[in-house]
Amino acid sequence: MKEQLEKIRQDALQQIESCGDLKILDDLRVKYLGKKGELTAILKQMGGLSAEERPLVGQLANQVRSDLEEKLTNRISSLKADLEEKRLKDEALDVTLPGKKTELGKLHPLTVVMNEVKEIFLGMGFEVVDGPEVETDHYCFEALNMPPHHPARDTQDTFYINDNVLLRTQTSSVQIRTMENRKPPIRIISPGRVYRSDAIDATHSPIFHQIEGLVIDKGITLGDLFGTLELLMKKLYGNDTKIRLRPHHFPYTEPSAEVDLQCFNCGGKGCPMCKGEGYVELLGSGMVHPKVLEGCGIDPEVYSGFAFGIGLERITMGRFNITDMRMLYENDERFLNQF
Amino acid sequence: MDLSMKWLSDYVDIGDMTIKDYCSGLTLSGSKVERYDTEGSEISKVVVGKLLSVVPHENSDHLVICSVDVGAEAPIQIVTGAKNVKAGDIVPVALDGSTLPNGVKIKKGKLRGVESNGMLCSLGELGLTTHDFPYAIADGIFLIEQEEGCPELKLGMDIREAIGLNDTTVEFEITSNRPDCMSVLGLAKETAATFDLPMNYKKPVFKGVDGDIGSMLSVKISNTELCSRYCAGVVRNVKIGPSPRWMRERLRASGVRPINNFVDITNYVMLEYGHPMHAFDIRFIEGNSIDIRSAKNGEKITTLDGVERTLTDNMLVIADSRKPVAVAGVMGGEYSGIMDDTVDVVFEAACFDGASVRTTAKALGMRTDASSRFEKGLDPRMCEPALNRAFELVELLGCGEVVRTTIDVSNGADTQRSAPFDPVWINNFLGTDLYEEEMIKYLNKLDFTVKDGRAYAPAYRIDIECKADIAEEIARLYGYNNIEKTVIRGVAQASVAPEQKFRTKLLNASASLGFDEIVTYSFISPKNFDKIRLPESSPLRNTVTITNPLGEDTSVMRTTLLPSMLQVLSTNYNNRNESAKLFEAAREYLPCGRELPEEPERIVFGCYGADYDFYALKGAVEELFEVLGIEDVDYEPCTDDSIFGEFHAFHPGRCAIVTKDGKPLGIFGELHPKTAENYGINAKVYAAKLNVPEMMSEAISFKTYKPLPKFPAATRDLAVVVDDTVPAAHIEKAIKSAVGNILESVKLFDVYKGKQIAEGKKSVAYSIVMRSHDGTLTDEQADNAMKKVLKKLSELGAEIRS
Repeated sequence: MKEQLEKIRQDALQQIESCGDLKILDDLRVKYLGKKGELTAILKQMGGLSAEERPLVGQLANQVRSDLEEKLTNRISSLKADLEEKRLKDEALDVTLPGKKTELGKLHPLTVVMNEVKEIFLGMGFEVVDGPEVETDHYCFEALNMPPHHPARDTQDTFYINDNVLLRTQTSSVQIRTMENRKPPIRIISPGRVYRSDAIDATHSPIFHQIEGLVIDKGITLGDLFGTLELLMKKLYGNDTKIRLRPHHFPYTEPSAEVDLQCFNCGGKGCPMCKGEGYVELLGSGMVHPKVLEGCGIDPEVYSGFAFGIGLERITMGRFNITDMRMLYENDERFLNQF
Repeated sequence: MDLSMKWLSDYVDIGDMTIKDYCSGLTLSGSKVERYDTEGSEISKVVVGKLLSVVPHENSDHLVICSVDVGAEAPIQIVTGAKNVKAGDIVPVALDGSTLPNGVKIKKGKLRGVESNGMLCSLGELGLTTHDFPYAIADGIFLIEQEEGCPELKLGMDIREAIGLNDTTVEFEITSNRPDCMSVLGLAKETAATFDLPMNYKKPVFKGVDGDIGSMLSVKISNTELCSRYCAGVVRNVKIGPSPRWMRERLRASGVRPINNFVDITNYVMLEYGHPMHAFDIRFIEGNSIDIRSAKNGEKITTLDGVERTLTDNMLVIADSRKPVAVAGVMGGEYSGIMDDTVDVVFEAACFDGASVRTTAKALGMRTDASSRFEKGLDPRMCEPALNRAFELVELLGCGEVVRTTIDVSNGADTQRSAPFDPVWINNFLGTDLYEEEMIKYLNKLDFTVKDGRAYAPAYRIDIECKADIAEEIARLYGYNNIEKTVIRGVAQASVAPEQKFRTKLLNASASLGFDEIVTYSFISPKNFDKIRLPESSPLRNTVTITNPLGEDTSVMRTTLLPSMLQVLSTNYNNRNESAKLFEAAREYLPCGRELPEEPERIVFGCYGADYDFYALKGAVEELFEVLGIEDVDYEPCTDDSIFGEFHAFHPGRCAIVTKDGKPLGIFGELHPKTAENYGINAKVYAAKLNVPEMMSEAISFKTYKPLPKFPAATRDLAVVVDDTVPAAHIEKAIKSAVGNILESVKLFDVYKGKQIAEGKKSVAYSIVMRSHDGTLTDEQADNAMKKVLKKLSELGAEIRS
């Protein structure tokens, strides 16, 4: 019997060792250790043994059983580990394949830059104010010190609805509405669409966007205007930005100033991008004309203020290196998706 | 304004300053330089030569062989086809390797076997015309003559120097408040003040001859409102001919074509003094009398450009006893101008009302050098110096006898301009800390005088009105860039209006839903109304219309955003983009009977592409409302009486209206295939238009937290059979009202038509989730609720599906 047990042990261990399949391993378990298994069958014959032999054989049988059980357990866990390893190996992905994208829409580049500018001004304590685009002559011109037949009207080719109603050529009209309706201190920006009768080309559009700013308070100076604009430009274009201030004329401001930005391309030396000037014209500004203040019921002896107007298209194009303004209004999805 | 640097040097010596420094200095003091240009800069290696001999070419009838002395050791040989050359002529010679205007390069070569080492040039080849050199011919070699007062011609001399084609022109952008800077003198003053240089100006003087001006001419100003001053003088026995070369050169550099000495003198004075002048042939002034009066309606004049103009009574004319001889400040008449046989000339220097000149020039469609100056408002005190300068030039050119006495009619208004000079105020206004003396120094440089607390402007400065103007003069000479940049003091409350906050949220939400934002023009072609299938009677066809549009395509302000969106979708479709999901938030312009239209904000969505359908769009709309905090909206099929006129553009069976408590918020759906076709899109197109202010007023601006449920929910599924025509929304509404406040959600999970369901019926299945916040719902409570639901649904003709 001992020999039988040893043989079973040897056979079973060898079979378990060489088995590579969980199903067959289970069959082996049943074959050797099951209720009808070979080991059980041998134990059933124990009754025929002598009293001396019985404990020895019993001990051996138990030893064989536990050896086989241990071997089986080890073999199963090792096989499982192998299988898992193989499965994970098989599951390996080409991580360089493209991802499944959730497509978010994009805001228009004009909105992107408009938001940036608004944020800068909000940080400086400005309020954002809206007004009508179809305007009266009064708010667009007359109240801005441009009476009928004023030559400066020539520089703003105007779309008319009738003799007295037009499409605003500048959002300064909103400034007049604001000054008429509230008392200083005033610190506003008025962003929006403006209209000029310019034919469409790479740098002109009959519709464009302006952001005009207005500050009215006691003791506002030209230095404050320049300081505010420099801060704006540095926030928009970075701290190394250099601006140049140049006397100019607008009927609604006195003194008036144009602000030029030092050309990024050449650093002010002059290149084709800035037409050799070293600077790029950026915006117009000035101290609000006393006549304009008076017309709005604000005493120019008590209050002073400044105003400025920025062309959104120009800074947007500069910002994203867009060379043709028409791109902004064509709205090709492949263009829109880049911002 | 084009400034000749040679001309400038009459008045200011800028020494060896580079042209770049000059331009930058003037730009920074307020006279913006657009560009500068040196004449003849394209010309190189073209020299003065003398023809030593001209012999026929053996192999050609039309070519000749010239031996030319170009100041070198040996003469050079040049073959030319020109007919007008002979030995002894002085000519421009383009040597081998020379360049000419428009990129022309000259190289030596052989012409019919004979070597030619360059080219003899015509005026045209040098970029000139016979206006510049009246003695030369246009088609032939330019035979150079030694002109009086010009540098002596030397062989081999650079042609540019020899013929004075070497001026530098600086182009200034002159703002409308500074007509004085549309002149050499004005810019010379600015130059002197900017660089602190002395100004070399002498009052013009002339000797004149005796004569009784009164017997030659009388002047009357009938319209004193539009003509403040009229100065006139007479030049007798004139000799009409070309002007001297220095005058022609300066006119050319200033962009004015030389004509003859008298016309040139008027132009020269206008360019130099900024005050336009006019010259008449006295023979054509009938009655020898001049009246400055309003034109009569329908009165006619043929102007110098040969065009007959019909005048109206708001135009000012210079008239003789019978007819207008000039449109005041705009253009002279053809028949009273200077001709070759003119004997006696009347010079006019007058001052006309700017607005009147501007309106007249505009109405007649002729903006001239004169009108563009007058329209800005000139000072009457400039008439006299201008007239005197003209006479001085007549005597300098020796082309006539100036009658010493002149006529000067004025309405007598005092035009001296001044403004308070208040140094403390100026420093406070500019944010500077300048001494009073420094301010006065700047003002003096600009010819202002300061006296008793006022600053008095020179006559030509028509722009000075208030103390801010004085501050500007000081600031620009001190230098804008030298003013310390400061931060605004005081406190301010930045704020964003609720409308703007809502708009930002709306834009961001729309982008999050996968739509790209577009920006389109606010004006459209009225043809779009047909393309979106609006009936003739549609109120959307009532537009704000532009009277002077760029073209029909941009002639009406849009009353609906839909066409712009469709145009952009069409562009994308034509650009072969497979799909596009776009939105635009902008205004519509709706006439409302008041002076200004309403401009309500709208948002429009539009898309096409393979995997899109009605319910995808509806899902986007639903999500948008949820994000914006607009709850419990209803979706109804769109009917013919919809307030959204755009519904005609939509598929009649696939178009919905969103409402909140019966208030319409928007329309959406699939477009009518004809609409898509009208925009050239061969795909299903979906669109939505939502009214932004209406949405905003329904939005919850502050959401409040709802506690998470503590008790379990009871879920019941329900399938009913109803008529196919019953909208799902009605069933859902019935369920909601029946279950009441224990309802947590109703979710449609199946719609079935077909087998087992009778014709004209559909089966709809809902999952109804109920929950109480007070305790676990009992089966009884849930079942009771479901009984109520069934009862309510039976009112819609629904039966439980067996």
